[in-house]
Amino acid sequence: MNIIAQYGDIIIILACVFGFFMAWGVGANDVANAMGTSVGSKALTLKQAILIAILFEFAGAYLAGGAVTATIRKGIIDPALLSGTPELLVFGMLSALLAAGIWLLIATHYGWPVSTTHSIVGAIVGFAAVGISVDAVNWAKVSKIVASWVVSPLTAGFFAFFLFRSVQKLILDTEDPFKNAKRYVPMYIFMVGFIISMVTFTKGLKHIGLDLSFTNSALISVGVGIITMLIGIIMLRKVKVDVAADRDYHFASVEKVFAVLMMFTACAMAFAHGSNDVANAVGPLAAIVGVVGSGGEVAQKTAMPVWILLLGGGGIVAGLVMYGHKVIATVGNNITELTPSRGFAATLAAATTVVVASGTGLPISTTHTLVGAVLGVGLARGLAALNLRVVGTIFVSWVITLPAGAGLAIMFFFMFKGMFV
Amino acid sequence: MITNNPILQMFARSPFKPMQEHIAKAQACAVQLLPFFEAVIADDWEEAKKIQHTIAVLEGEADAMKKDVRQHLPNNIFLPVPRTDLLELLRMQDKIANRAKDICGIMLGREMPVPVEIQELMLDFVRSALATSEQALQSLNELDELVSTGFRGREVEVVERMLIELDDLEHINDGLEREIRSQLFVIEKQLHPIDAMFLYKVIRWIGDLADRAQQVGSRLQLLLAR
Repeated sequence: MNIIAQYGDIIIILACVFGFFMAWGVGANDVANAMGTSVGSKALTLKQAILIAILFEFAGAYLAGGAVTATIRKGIIDPALLSGTPELLVFGMLSALLAAGIWLLIATHYGWPVSTTHSIVGAIVGFAAVGISVDAVNWAKVSKIVASWVVSPLTAGFFAFFLFRSVQKLILDTEDPFKNAKRYVPMYIFMVGFIISMVTFTKGLKHIGLDLSFTNSALISVGVGIITMLIGIIMLRKVKVDVAADRDYHFASVEKVFAVLMMFTACAMAFAHGSNDVANAVGPLAAIVGVVGSGGEVAQKTAMPVWILLLGGGGIVAGLVMYGHKVIATVGNNITELTPSRGFAATLAAATTVVVASGTGLPISTTHTLVGAVLGVGLARGLAALNLRVVGTIFVSWVITLPAGAGLAIMFFFMFKGMFV
Repeated sequence: MITNNPILQMFARSPFKPMQEHIAKAQACAVQLLPFFEAVIADDWEEAKKIQHTIAVLEGEADAMKKDVRQHLPNNIFLPVPRTDLLELLRMQDKIANRAKDICGIMLGREMPVPVEIQELMLDFVRSALATSEQALQSLNELDELVSTGFRGREVEVVERMLIELDDLEHINDGLEREIRSQLFVIEKQLHPIDAMFLYKVIRWIGDLADRAQQVGSRLQLLLAR
């Protein structure tokens, strides 16, 4: 208790620096995976992608990020066990942030594909199990999270498969694909608006004082869907058949229709990513600020201060602007196979899966979910050539990241304990 | 980080465009046979030699392209069609170029003249074989569109129609082969026996060219039939 009163300011400053650093990492690396596909399919320019990312990552974090933040903050560890020793929670969360951040830096340097989500979850579980006690970890919750890492790519894959099959059936395999694209694409746009707002309204808006009934949420979501659809229809009007391009590649004009759709799914993807991954940086920070702010009270019920979300969002934007745009460009330039008709199916499936997970409070990997979705499109015979080795790489990254994050967190935990106590 | 980005890593190089480039090269190699036969008939062996060289170079290029496609198709690559079927199609495409090289190689090596009686028919026969392989090339040109539609729907019908035409062209070529054989039979006693033997062989190989073009078509059909 004394420690917190004594070093409160230093701890908060440290936590802010680490949290910002972590958010910076998310912005520099992770956002590229969410937005790169849209740039690669030529649906968006790099500038548009960055603007959409900034806007919707932020919106996602603020409007739908609450549940995942709560999980990171007080779902993995049982806070009740720590009410006597709040400083342990503070040190733990500090070390988790630092461990995950450093691990991401190392992994990025060596080119290992790791997920921020896995690093932070591994780090929190690590310091709690070793530094405090094995019982401090809410193992039921942790196993649910780990299960969701397997389930989310599969779900996204299934959804992407059926989404793309519907595109084939309704548009690509018909006599006049262009006409049918113009007819059906607005419905897909409606779906984007409806699904995202439905999940957000039913699951996430309590913290900003909006508690809507299911019926109200559904009605508002239909409204949002219709508005998005109308915007889409206006944008679609400008798309005309390009005879010269079609001679070269029969589906050139059709893809231009899908490019409009993909702008919307890109927004959805950024929103989804913000709702899930910002929590990785913001959750531990919120936990620390909560404890310090209440003078050592662990079982807080106070809502998360808005400035923490702003800090997280700001970190993401900083990472994106300073470094992430390069990664987006690289990813975008190298995925030319993913045309808008494919890209939209993959991103919409991934975004939906991620938003549902965010609403449920499950921290998942956006990147892995997207990989699952792309594979789903591939299974629908939608893509020319996919490298299945990636699936193996993902499993390896789990096996390495969890213990690495945990190990580093344990190390830092005892370091902080030694420094302050 | 760039090279190990999972999203980036999962997109392998598409083999379909290189496959199309390969058959275009094979056909470019085969069409040289027409000027080659014209030179032979004009008894211009200097020119024939030049064309034979061009054919050999083009065949070599096609070979290199084939190897390149194979190299980029390890078995952890997931394709919309069975990988083995695709490699089989590639092998057939390559055989068109090989046969073209065989034909001009043997004719140049033995300085084989084409008897006056069958010269016209021989040129028609070569043209018909090349028309067949051209149709195979045209069908393969639809491959990228087939990938776009996921090997389903209307585009499949388009390609199937093209393949029926390919079969028809091959039948025409078969008829011409029978005709030229019977004409050669009429005059074979006047020829040196070994020359006659090799002329039969060349005729069979030209027929092979059309045959292999048709085989390319049937391999393509295998990709559609699922």
